[in-house]
Amino acid sequence: MTVKDIIEKLDLQCLNEANLDAEVTGAYASDLLSDVMGNARSGQVWITMQTHKNVTAIASLRDLPAVIIVRGGAPDEDMLEHAKDEDICILVSQEPTFQVCGKLYEILK
Amino acid sequence: MHYTFDIERGNFTDAGQASSSVKRTLKHLGVAPANIKRTVVALFEAEINAIAHAYGGTIDVDIDDQKIVMVVADKGPGIPNLDLAMQEGWSTASAEVREMGYGAGMGLPNIKKNTDDLKIESTVGVGTTVTMTVFFA
Repeated sequence: MTVKDIIEKLDLQCLNEANLDAEVTGAYASDLLSDVMGNARSGQVWITMQTHKNVTAIASLRDLPAVIIVRGGAPDEDMLEHAKDEDICILVSQEPTFQVCGKLYEILK
Repeated sequence: MHYTFDIERGNFTDAGQASSSVKRTLKHLGVAPANIKRTVVALFEAEINAIAHAYGGTIDVDIDDQKIVMVVADKGPGIPNLDLAMQEGWSTASAEVREMGYGAGMGLPNIKKNTDDLKIESTVGVGTTVTMTVFFA
């Protein structure tokens, strides 16, 4: 399953096209940044409602190819710029975390 | 190899720059991914702690073929009770910092878990120096 496949299957809006062909190994859902920093695994997609620049810093440091922002959230401008610099795919779902996790779990399990 | 970075009070925008730079260097040196991961988790958390709690500081990084030693020294309120601070879930972070998704009391435990050696020296009203070592072997 690639980032591109997930965009199609979950009908996500893509705000920064990067890592589209990257293989997604799983996902991690959390709005606590140290939780993600300490416990996410490289190759996972990060599901969150946080929209500031430290999100892309952590995604880059932990080799997470894509971030899915839930409930139609809009990333801060500097987050989006940073995502372009660091090649992090930024995706937006109109649905809340639970629904996004459920759908992603179904296709990744 | 020696590197120095400055930490500015409350400047979350640039948080992670030191960690990012160290990551690039370690990757270039061919350090194992698991050790790069441990290094960046610890350094990022220490960087965030200094930004969130202190009034500025410095990061000094020394790398040789065996290890990386990272010293994060801040001027700040210090840590009155280190045992409490090391407890998972304990935090004194402000509401603003918590809104960003920090302040869950996971920073110092993350540092402890990901380093081979951790030394914290703190004087209340003066500041805190965190020395973290990750061995590559």
